[in-house]
Amino acid sequence: MFEFLSNNISTINFVLINISLGLSIYITLATGLLSLANAGFMAIGAYTVAIIQTQTHIPFSFGFVMAIALGVTLALPIGIVALGLRDIYLAIATLGFGEIVRIIALNGDKVVRLFSTNKDVIVFNGAEGITLAYKTPTIIFGLPDTTWPILIYCLVAIYILATLHNSRYGRILASIRQDETAASTLGINVARYKLFAFVLGSAIAAGAGALGAPIVRVVDPHNYVFSRGVDILAYAVLGGMTHWVGPILGATVLTSLPEALRFLKDQRDIVNGLIIMLSIIYLPAGLADPRVWTIPRKLFALLGSMRSSARNDSKGL
Amino acid sequence: MTHESARPLLEVKNLTRLFGGLKALEDVSFSVPRGAICGLIGPNGAGKTTLINLISGLGPLSEGAVFLDGQLISGLPPHKIAARGIGRTFQNIRLFGDLSVLENVILGHHLRQCGTVIDTLLHLPRSRSGERDSRQAALALLGRLDMEHLADVRANALSYGDQRRVEIARALALEPSLLLLDEPAAGMNSTGLVSLCEFLLSLKDGSLTILIIEHDMDLIMRMSDLVIVLNFGMKIAEGTPDFVRNEPHVIEAYLGKEQ
Repeated sequence: MFEFLSNNISTINFVLINISLGLSIYITLATGLLSLANAGFMAIGAYTVAIIQTQTHIPFSFGFVMAIALGVTLALPIGIVALGLRDIYLAIATLGFGEIVRIIALNGDKVVRLFSTNKDVIVFNGAEGITLAYKTPTIIFGLPDTTWPILIYCLVAIYILATLHNSRYGRILASIRQDETAASTLGINVARYKLFAFVLGSAIAAGAGALGAPIVRVVDPHNYVFSRGVDILAYAVLGGMTHWVGPILGATVLTSLPEALRFLKDQRDIVNGLIIMLSIIYLPAGLADPRVWTIPRKLFALLGSMRSSARNDSKGL
Repeated sequence: MTHESARPLLEVKNLTRLFGGLKALEDVSFSVPRGAICGLIGPNGAGKTTLINLISGLGPLSEGAVFLDGQLISGLPPHKIAARGIGRTFQNIRLFGDLSVLENVILGHHLRQCGTVIDTLLHLPRSRSGERDSRQAALALLGRLDMEHLADVRANALSYGDQRRVEIARALALEPSLLLLDEPAAGMNSTGLVSLCEFLLSLKDGSLTILIIEHDMDLIMRMSDLVIVLNFGMKIAEGTPDFVRNEPHVIEAYLGKEQ
């Protein structure tokens, strides 16, 4: 057990971070919003802790709180403006936001230098990004001290979303997803709940980005591009978008799969893509769909009946 | 207090709605007294649904104003109009199909639930008691419609007529002072129709006012205290069922002019 943990600790870290990211997009999808801003908010979280870590002596925990606070502060105005858009238009607008974040990260130093007396100051470090100092992790209760915060964060995110899912908020968000006009005639302030879902998702993504920074150690703009946003979407698509278990399953499968498929080398991404494609075609409601869970039982039943009929056949001979 | 009861619950004044060059509603005015059942009839395309949509805040009105209990409500967003006490159903049923019947009705009760996100996350008593109250209110409503046994069924697994009744229960869960019904009897069989009729008349005992669009003339004539007839976006008649039935304009609108 311990050997498995220590051999695969980096995969486990990434699974936990990706679960948090999957949950961050799930909450907007569950409200019927196709928002792809998560990679951007993840970048905001990661850069916040990376800059605080490299430029100041403020402890990491404060950087983490700052990351979430900044995520919420930016998500509010963006949400108020962008959530007036629907469907694909919201997706495009939020993608644009992700690009803006990436370009700011790339060129941030030029802006910093405008206001700084030191004209060679390096904060964002352009395309090379910020490299955090390596610290040998200490093992606490069998897990490195870098993994514990991610694990706890992931569990807190699951608790929050599962509790909301089972409360009146889950019901309200589901009603908005299914028919926002009907929801509004029941007195539901659709715009407010959409903003709530968007800000909550953005905050979770920013926190995940912040906790991921010490793991990846190199925080560069390339980590938070469009394809990262699509990866996050894929967790929810494969896992299912209507129950919080969905993104957990999706993120776990899609993060550990490339590791398991490592022997395929260059063809890895093709197989990865194939799995997503097949799941969209054959599992439209995702892995969290209760019907999927009856498949093994049906298979066993089928095998059992085949075996017994084969036995009967052999008896007959 | 006499002044209170004399004031009509719903007042529609000079309502006009243009869709480009098309006048869907033109200068429609009427009022509905408190506690009355008001039938809204007219041939297809007369503007009945448009009128109900404007009252409930779906879509802007081009001219005119709507007052509920003397207060201006036109121009408010739909969720605020609902909070003022207007519940409605839709001609093309708009239930939340993936949710259970009970969840649909509880959603109608959502305005009465207090407690914040924090209460919910910490499982504080306020959120739990609110949830329990809503559940009981919703079950009681379903009970009045003899649908308690369907509470846990997914809404889109129900028959057409049952879906209509759930939609009425959901609108009633708002505890509205005005209920707007858009063809509640469409797709119902005759037994369903009779029980729906009885149910709606039983609501009259309370303080509920109902504005009902219906093509079933029998139902309208039997239930309504007041009937308003629209044709091509204009009000062509208004009065008691007996008066409207014999009104030449109405007969002309429905049957055409005698040659």
